[in-house]
Amino acid sequence: MYRSHVLVCGGTGCTSSNSLAIIEALEAEIAKKGLQDEVKVVRTGCFGLCAIGPIMIVYPEGSFYSQVKVTDVPEIVEEHLLKGRLVKRLLYDETVTMDDVKSLQETDFYKKQHRVALRNCGVIDPENIEEYIAFDGYMALAKCLKEYTPAEVIQIVKDSGLRGRGGGGFPTGLKWSFTAANEADQKYVVCNADEGDPGAFMDRSVLEGDPHCIIEAMAICGYATGASEGYVYVRAEYPIAVKRLKIAIDQAREYGLLGKNIFDSGFDFDVHVRLGAGAFVCGEETALMTSIEGNRGEPRPRPPYPAVKGLFGKPTTENNVETFANVPQIILKGADWFASMGTEKSKGTKVFALGGKIKNTGLVEIPMGTTLREIIEEIGGGIPNGKKFKAAQTGGPSGGCIPAALMDTPIDYDNLTAIGCMMGSGGLIVMDEDNCMVDIAKFFLNFTVDESCGKCTPCRVGTKRLLEMLDKITAGKATMEDLDRLEDLCNYIKANSLCGLGQTAPNPVLATLKFFREEYIAHVRDKKCPAGVCKALMTYAIDADKCRGCTACARKCPAGAISGKVKEVHTIDTEKCIKCGVCMETCKFGAVVKR
Amino acid sequence: MLKKISTIPFKGTPEQAEKLQAVIAECKGDKSLLMHVMQEAQEIYGYLPYEVQIMIAEGMDVPLEKVYGVSTFYAQFSLSPKGENNISVCLGTACYVKGSQQILDKISEVLGIGPGECTADGSFSLEACRCIGACGLAPVLTVNDEVYGKITEDDVPGILAKYQA
Repeated sequence: MYRSHVLVCGGTGCTSSNSLAIIEALEAEIAKKGLQDEVKVVRTGCFGLCAIGPIMIVYPEGSFYSQVKVTDVPEIVEEHLLKGRLVKRLLYDETVTMDDVKSLQETDFYKKQHRVALRNCGVIDPENIEEYIAFDGYMALAKCLKEYTPAEVIQIVKDSGLRGRGGGGFPTGLKWSFTAANEADQKYVVCNADEGDPGAFMDRSVLEGDPHCIIEAMAICGYATGASEGYVYVRAEYPIAVKRLKIAIDQAREYGLLGKNIFDSGFDFDVHVRLGAGAFVCGEETALMTSIEGNRGEPRPRPPYPAVKGLFGKPTTENNVETFANVPQIILKGADWFASMGTEKSKGTKVFALGGKIKNTGLVEIPMGTTLREIIEEIGGGIPNGKKFKAAQTGGPSGGCIPAALMDTPIDYDNLTAIGCMMGSGGLIVMDEDNCMVDIAKFFLNFTVDESCGKCTPCRVGTKRLLEMLDKITAGKATMEDLDRLEDLCNYIKANSLCGLGQTAPNPVLATLKFFREEYIAHVRDKKCPAGVCKALMTYAIDADKCRGCTACARKCPAGAISGKVKEVHTIDTEKCIKCGVCMETCKFGAVVKR
Repeated sequence: MLKKISTIPFKGTPEQAEKLQAVIAECKGDKSLLMHVMQEAQEIYGYLPYEVQIMIAEGMDVPLEKVYGVSTFYAQFSLSPKGENNISVCLGTACYVKGSQQILDKISEVLGIGPGECTADGSFSLEACRCIGACGLAPVLTVNDEVYGKITEDDVPGILAKYQA
């Protein structure tokens, strides 16, 4: 028994800000004070508040220390762990009130959250199966094998209303029932952990923080659908997740929770890990299976659907990490419990990765139906630097954006689809008035052009042409007719591409055209970029009131475009200016302006 | 994505070849492990020159065109060697909206190389990467395995100096 537990986040965010060195220093310092039998240091998964990492929580008090440095460790050990006094200057400021310390659950960031998929993240040591078991781990699998028939398991998942969290939102129970209905000598379960959307890291956090729950859910799915083998396809860019998953699989095999005759039920199941190699299209289910088979990850036409002919030509059920993460809880707490959360057609919770221009970047899990305003203003803490909210981008390169006017839309699958957006896997990137929406659309098109696998023409050639049109717009060379052609081409690509990548690639363009058409028009007709992002449309000028005539900018200008005498106001020759911005960086008086 | 193919002569050692053969021997029976073998080979050699691809094709008993096809499909496989220090700037959405493109441009300007290239002395190579999942620290770059978060253009010379002997 330990009197105190120190939980340190070992997720990718905090590891990047050096949390492993903190754990080492903590253990050394604790040993130095002779507290090693009283205090235990645990490396956990992600707590969610990546913005203020590295994060440390001391239990039983629940004191939440943020932005901890190695040099702070002796003070924490000496003051808190030895003498029982909080180190107030390191406490997360939201938890500190005038004369009291609030619990973490009462802070704005956590108050509205409801953790189902992330319930163990930041709570248990992901590399220790016993901690998972202590939190009801593998109970759901045992319950399925002992109490339910496969058909009953599928019915529970159906009744819960769980839908695919990878983006599409297909009902999970229905998907399982399709595979179960097909007879075959071998069936497979595949977990899609190829989280390719830039700005999304929900699946990574689940794998890093709670890998066993994915293994357990895959085994449940295997039992329900009649599969005896599972594959997890993980991005190679997630080394910590891969490592913990492999450890978890080894431990589960050792405990007899994977392998032959699990819980003496006669059910066999084993899980293998396969690494991706950096191809966005492999997040598409048929491409992912082609890749597991050792090929170029090109998608296949459907039908036949994977439930009929999937991995190695056998019936296969494929679900995303977050979808699986919900399954054990549904089995344990029942379909009604899960269905009591969320909206009419979107049940349960959704994890979002909050990023971009927002104060509390990190991971949040909220009930479906929460509005964007609540997420951004309350949980996210608003936009930093007093800037104005412009739009939130969801669904990555396949998604669209939600403008300020629609901030009160309850977020669920159907509402987002209705406004021409999509849930996507859960990346939520916040943009403020300094972001140019045409530039953002161009950014995503650049991404899809790079990632198009080249198999079908509408996607391979179409996305390239779209990008060229956007280039023309941001260079100020487009006409109003180009805007109509842009829209036509978008609709053509959507209708004719082979797989989800191409079918959704025009979404960022269509959504920005729909909500920010005036910004496109400003680029085309007025040759202006309202946000001041598109280089070709900007001009630099010198504010005569602020210029002191120090000549610093003129000396630095690589194009010789600035002229003026010492102690006199300088001017920029826009013909010569190459818009590199050096003058603006150089000026100490803020006299150089962009317009 | 077009891959840059190196013209630098291949300098593999017998020890490296032995390691690769051991990996191949372990995976020979299962052709679906081709990507795994290629990932291991890249770990051993740092990149996948033709010489290595031929070894894999012969060892795994798959056509060379298939190995080449896979190596050019996935972004992770490199056909040219990396510099002693590999800089990778994240151009994921969260980093991009916080100005990572400017950081990449700045590094290009300082080192005189573009993404996917290696400096003439072999000390630095530069690449633009997809999201590494540290979005809370945006904008982010990595040098080898070291992560630098919340960086500005002004931090670039200081970070590079650490690796310039």
